[in-house]
Amino acid sequence: MLDYVLPRYKVLRDEDLCIQCGVCERSCANDVHKVDEDLGRVTADHAKCVNCQRCVVMCPTKALAIDKWPQVGNGTNNWTLAYMQDIAKQSQTGAVLLSSMGNPKPYPIYWDHLLLNASQVTNPSIDPLREPMETRVFLGGRPDVLKVNERTHAVESTLPPQIRLDVPVMFGAMSFGAISFNAQKALAMAATELGTFFNTGEGGLHKDLEQYGKNTIVQVASGRFGVDPHYLNAGAAIEIKIGQGAKPGIGGHLPGEKVNAEVSRTRMIPEGTDAISPAPHHDIYSIEDLRQLIFSLKEATRYTKPVAVKIAAVHNVAAIASGVARAGADIIVVDGFRGGTGAAPTRIRDNVGIPIELALAAVDQRLRDEGIRSTVSLVASGSIRSSADIVRAIALGADAVYIGSAALIALGCHQCQDCGSGKCNWGIATQRPELTRRLNPEIAAERVANLVRAWNHEIQEMIGGMGINSIDSLRGNRLMLRGVGLNEKELEILGVKYAGE
Amino acid sequence: MKRIYAIEQWCIDCKRCEVACKTFHSRSQNPVKAFNFEDAPDARVCVEGGKQLSLAVNCRHCADPKCVESCISGAMQKNPVTGVVTSDPEKCVGCRTCVSACPFGAVHIETVALKCDLCGDGHGEPGEPSCVKACPNRALIYVESEEC
Repeated sequence: MLDYVLPRYKVLRDEDLCIQCGVCERSCANDVHKVDEDLGRVTADHAKCVNCQRCVVMCPTKALAIDKWPQVGNGTNNWTLAYMQDIAKQSQTGAVLLSSMGNPKPYPIYWDHLLLNASQVTNPSIDPLREPMETRVFLGGRPDVLKVNERTHAVESTLPPQIRLDVPVMFGAMSFGAISFNAQKALAMAATELGTFFNTGEGGLHKDLEQYGKNTIVQVASGRFGVDPHYLNAGAAIEIKIGQGAKPGIGGHLPGEKVNAEVSRTRMIPEGTDAISPAPHHDIYSIEDLRQLIFSLKEATRYTKPVAVKIAAVHNVAAIASGVARAGADIIVVDGFRGGTGAAPTRIRDNVGIPIELALAAVDQRLRDEGIRSTVSLVASGSIRSSADIVRAIALGADAVYIGSAALIALGCHQCQDCGSGKCNWGIATQRPELTRRLNPEIAAERVANLVRAWNHEIQEMIGGMGINSIDSLRGNRLMLRGVGLNEKELEILGVKYAGE
Repeated sequence: MKRIYAIEQWCIDCKRCEVACKTFHSRSQNPVKAFNFEDAPDARVCVEGGKQLSLAVNCRHCADPKCVESCISGAMQKNPVTGVVTSDPEKCVGCRTCVSACPFGAVHIETVALKCDLCGDGHGEPGEPSCVKACPNRALIYVESEEC
C-alpha cells in the first residue's frame, strides 16, 4: 500500500559548515543521516527524523537545524494537515494513535494568567542572600490537635510519619522500563544531593538503586509490578497510583521489547513479556476499597511511612480528593492534563482531564471547606515549567510539586514525543544498551541538581519579594496571586482576584 | 602527572574527540578548514570498536615508554619534567619502530610519527586536552595519576 503519510521534519544541513565527520550519522538511532562517499556529502532521510535534536547538539560545527516539513496545508482551519496526517496513519495501520509526553494542544495555560505579588513600603521585602529563608517542607499526615508540654517544650501528640524535603520539588513517577536505568539513577542521585525524593513509578526498584532508599518514593500501581514487602520498606514513602494526568482512566503498557533482563528482574515479570497495567486497580472499586489498600500498605510498613495517593485531574477531582483524604491517605498528588507520559493513546492525552491549576485550587478549597486540609499534604504535578510555576502552585494550595518533564529536559530530553519508539537518542526513554550508555548519570545528576538548586534560589527571591521568609507562609496564600485575562468563573475557581483589585 | 583516561562504559562512539583532535592539530584550528580545505593530519586519538562497545584509544604517556626506548633517531622523547611523550617531527625519519613497539597502538605515521601530545592550552602546555573537552559523556577524563 502506498504510504500517504508525509515526513514531519526536514533536516537542514549547512553544506558550507558540514565536514562529513559522521557524528550525526553515529548519533542518530533513527538512521536519518548517512555519509555518502559516492556523492561526497551527507544525506538525510527526512521521513525518519523525529526532531529529537541530538544531531543538532552533537554536530561539532553546528551545521544542522531541523525545520518543519514545508508542505502547506489546504488552508482550512478544520481539516488541518495534522488531522489529515492522523487519518492517513490510521487508515494505513488500523491502529490507535500513540503519543508521548504531555498534552501539546493550545488549551489555556493558567500559570501564564497568574501574576505574583511583591512588597512595597508597608511590608518590606526580604533579601534571601542576607536573611534566612525556609524552603523546607514536610509531607505527610498531621494530627487533629497538637499537644505540647509547655514545661518540657516537648511535643506530646504522636505525629504521623512524614518525609522531609529541603526543596519543595520532587521528581515525579517515571518507571525503570519507561526510562533507562541511567536516567532513574541520575534522578536518585540528584534527589539525594538535594534532600528531596524521586519516585520509582510502577516499575519496581532496581537493586542498585536501593542505596538511595532514603530519598525514594516507591509506587504501587494497578499492575503491582515489582511490589513485595522488601520493596515497600525500601523507600521513604509509598505512593498508590490511581491515575496519571496524561492518560486519566486508562492503564499502561510497556512493550515486551523493552522488558530486558534487568527490567524483568526489577518488575518481577518474565523477560520479553508486555507489562500491562490495567486501567483500574482490580481491588479498588470504592473509597472503602482504597482505604483497605492504604492500610494494607501501612501495615506492611508498620505505620512508619506516609502513604500518598496520586490521582489525575478530572472533572470531579475535588470530591475524589476529599474521599482520598478520608480513606486515610497522608499525601494527595493531583496530576494535571499536561503531565507527561512514556506513551498514551493520542486522543486520550489530547482530550481527557483538566488543567492542574484549576484542579489544585478546587481540591485545596474543598479540603479547606471540609476542615480536612490540615490532615493531608497536597502535591501538584503536570507540567511545572519554572520556579514561578512552583510559587503559583504553592500559593494555590500545594505543599510541594513533582517535576517530570522538566527534570528530563535537564537530562537532555527535547520533547520530541517519540518515547514510545524505544529509540530515544538521549538515552532516557530507551533500554537499548548503545543508547542508554549515552546518559552518564554523573553528568545527568549534576544537571538536574543544578536546575533544582537554581529554581530554589529563584523561589527564595520571589517569596522574599513578597515579604515572606518561609514557604509555609506562601501555602494557600492566594492573595499573592492576581489574575489577568481570566473570566469571572475562572477567577472564582482559582480563588484569586483580578489584577488591580 | 595528569593523564587522559578513556572510560569505555561511557564511550558512545560519536568520535567528537577525533574531530576535536584533528582540528586542534591543524594549522587553522578551525574544523571546517581543517577537514575541507587543509590537508590536516588525522586525529591522534582513535575510537576503536563500534556501536555496542567502543573506546577512545590515546597515548598513555607511559612511565617507561617503549616508543622512546625503540626510537632510532631520538625523535621520540619523554619530557623529564612534565612526563609528556612527544615526537619531534624534525628528527623523526618515519621508520615505524615506535608504531610496532607501542602496546596500545597509539602512534601512527603520516610521513612522520603522530601521537597525542596531551595538548592543553597549546601544544604540550598544561590544560584540558581538546578531546576531553569535546567528549559529551565524560568517556575521556583528564585526571592526576600516580606514576610519572
